[in-house]
Amino acid sequence: MDFKLTPEQEALKKELDDFLREEMKNAPPGWEAGMEAMFSDEGWPFHRYMARRLSEKGWLVRPWPREYGGVDAPMIEQVIFSEVMGYHRAPGRDIFGIGMIGPTLLVAGNEEQKKEHLPPIARAERFWCQGWSEPNAGSDLASLTTRAVRDGDDYIINGQKTWTSGAHFADWSFILARTNPEEKRSRGISFFLVDMKSPGVTVRPLLGMNGTHLFNEVYYDDVRVPARNRVGEENEGWAITRATMNFERSSIETVGVVKRELEELAAFCKETKWNGKTLSQNPFVRHRLAQLAIEIDVGRALAYRTAWLQEKGGLLLSADAASAAKVYGTELAQRLAYTGYQIMGLYGQVKMGSKWAPLHGSYESSSQLCMGMNLAGGSSEVQRNMIAWFGLGLPRTI
Amino acid sequence: MNLDFTEEQEMLRTSARDFLTTECPKTLVRELEESEKGYSPELWKKMAELGWMGLVIPDKYDGMGMQFMDLAVLLEEMGRNILPGPFFSTVVLGALPILSAGSEEQKKEILPKIAGGKAILTMALTEPSATYEASGVHTKAVARGNSFILNGTKLFVENAHIADYIICVTRTKDGASPEEGITLFLVDAKSPGIKCAVIPTIALDKQCEVVFENVSVPKKNMLGELDKGWPLVARTLEQATMAKCAEMIGGAQAALDMTVAYAKERVQYGRPIGAFQAIQFYLSDMWMKVTMSKNITYEAVWMVSEGLPCTEKVAIAKGWVNDAYKFVTERGVQVHGAIGTTRDHDMGLYYRRAWAADQTFGNTDFQREVVARQMGL
Ligand SMILES: Cc1cc2nc3c(=O)[nH]c(=O)nc-3n(C[C@H](O)[C@H](O)[C@H](O)COP(=O)(O)OP(=O)(O)OC[C@H]3O[C@@H](n4cnc5c(N)ncnc54)[C@H](O)[C@@H]3O)c2cc1C
Repeated sequence: MDFKLTPEQEALKKELDDFLREEMKNAPPGWEAGMEAMFSDEGWPFHRYMARRLSEKGWLVRPWPREYGGVDAPMIEQVIFSEVMGYHRAPGRDIFGIGMIGPTLLVAGNEEQKKEHLPPIARAERFWCQGWSEPNAGSDLASLTTRAVRDGDDYIINGQKTWTSGAHFADWSFILARTNPEEKRSRGISFFLVDMKSPGVTVRPLLGMNGTHLFNEVYYDDVRVPARNRVGEENEGWAITRATMNFERSSIETVGVVKRELEELAAFCKETKWNGKTLSQNPFVRHRLAQLAIEIDVGRALAYRTAWLQEKGGLLLSADAASAAKVYGTELAQRLAYTGYQIMGLYGQVKMGSKWAPLHGSYESSSQLCMGMNLAGGSSEVQRNMIAWFGLGLPRTI
Repeated sequence: MNLDFTEEQEMLRTSARDFLTTECPKTLVRELEESEKGYSPELWKKMAELGWMGLVIPDKYDGMGMQFMDLAVLLEEMGRNILPGPFFSTVVLGALPILSAGSEEQKKEILPKIAGGKAILTMALTEPSATYEASGVHTKAVARGNSFILNGTKLFVENAHIADYIICVTRTKDGASPEEGITLFLVDAKSPGIKCAVIPTIALDKQCEVVFENVSVPKKNMLGELDKGWPLVARTLEQATMAKCAEMIGGAQAALDMTVAYAKERVQYGRPIGAFQAIQFYLSDMWMKVTMSKNITYEAVWMVSEGLPCTEKVAIAKGWVNDAYKFVTERGVQVHGAIGTTRDHDMGLYYRRAWAADQTFGNTDFQREVVARQMGL
């Protein structure tokens, strides 16, 4: 075994680190990690700006093939990249465009689709959202009912999507719709690319408990989508969703974020005195912080191992590790949020903007926002099912 | 980066697993737990023939010249199977510090004996204060002529009752800090003045109380330098902590495998209990903890093996693995139902070892404090 990075990898890490340290000085005040910040009015222009800068540096789509702007970067390099991005809380990487639809098209798209959609993603010109969940199809996504009916060279789409993150800014959406209503569940579903400017698409905000606008309801009323925007064969979209969910899921970015947050929390505890003693002298505080440091480092090791397995054995074979990394990462972020909130005492509840808010009020917000991550992208329970069924071979009862 | 074991390591693992499965069945484990010696001399001899005790001892001292990483592979299998006896204390607490700090003469005398299975060793560090910190060392060694005279009580000394040599950690001077003034001695366990009694413990693993009363040790048996022995102890503790983690991940994997198999076969309400989601979630969480324990253990073992600074990494690994092994065996018993709580069931063997290993070389509270200091808190 050898856990060292190569000199080239170290150099890449350092270069990216220096670059982000500089660029993040342009972030709006009180900038936080996560989609909530990216999809806010102040955050969106910064997200786009960072995407452009990363694209100029040739860093935006590194794992993609060269003909589409990438460098065929191996999974390990991608993990290093995401870890540093997370550590700097850097936006700019469209998880739906670069993380999901790009890789999906690389595997399942036709030449025309690749040529049309990959270059604008690589140039940071076209941003995407994911229209999968519906009011009655959450974890059980295959029960979705949005309909697509063939009409000449088009499909006509009717239905409602929900929880669509960033739909209020996105240019395009990739959605799932039922093309064969006779077939229940996963059969009879097709995969479409939809221009958000198409007539009949309506986006309505859904606000989070702290008032942030992250996700939306999206209504499709007689929306015409050209048949060339169907990815894969008709009724065979489900298999493609499997591929979409299986690109680089090491959750390393979360680890990078929490590492940074712990550093800031620890620094706060070292300099903040209550009743004449620094917080870090309090044994309960020390041990909570140390426990988080342990959990973060173990999470980092899991993420690297997951990427290693993905690189070697393929994405589907490492699905149990990816599920573990996802659920561990989000639950870790939640523990960090709660620990920080608790250490802050009464101050924990104070919102950003008040002079009484410690660390920009980040624990007031993260203690709310962390809940969404336990659900988005497959809930913690669904991930544990995956581990039980695919990792341990236990009987599948649903 | 390369996160795979080498082919030789995989071969070592397979052959160790096969050997232990045949030679050390659980019936023998239970017998040895109850026996006075706590190990099987026949099995010990066979292990020596396989070269296990000499695995990390260089060729010139009749060993196999392999690395700490290789030793960890072997220890993982020993933890997986459960192997009672003095392998750990002899190799990890005995051979490793001698390799690090022994004089040529000491190495020549003792290492070939260890490699040949002819000497059992242990280290006497902890005392009634039960801490692994230098401040806990009160046993005194005072120079007299060509010897040192040792006085004091050591506790939790593994296998001292069968040891040929005890590496005793003593205080030779009261320095400015507790780390100053520590000196190690290679003590012939048969020396007059040594009294030894086995302490009954949860894993029945023969930890002893060793009383040194005016024990005379020749000066040439000093291991390392006078008064400057603490770095050697610290280094040995890092190695021992990771060696212990390697054993623990083996045990945790065995407990998980056993529990998954049982969940597939035990039927209630007309279906295997592994079909119930509550049980599936326990097992997923157990799997996660075991997987993560292995990842972090291998990384820290690699650092120890490469001689990299690793104080924080070792504390992180042990802090995590402690909780994980306890979690896995605790859920393991729960999933087994009543049978899991019995003397005759193997789950209890692992459960008891998890609780013992947790405290050995520092429980999680201890490790957190190490990490907190490393974080500058
Ligand atoms: C912040 C955020 C962003 C999101 N962004 C998007 C997006 O951009 N695009 C998109 O399409 N969707 C998005 N989602 C939706 C997300 O994919 C769903 O929330 C998720 O699939 C769960 O569905 P649900 O919310 O309907 O919960 P339900 O499926 O109704 O689940 C409710 C509870 O039941 C549990 N449960 C369900 N099934 C099982 C089972 N088999 N075993 C055990 N427990 C079970 C769940 O774990 C959960 O605790 C987002 C969600 C959040 C919170």
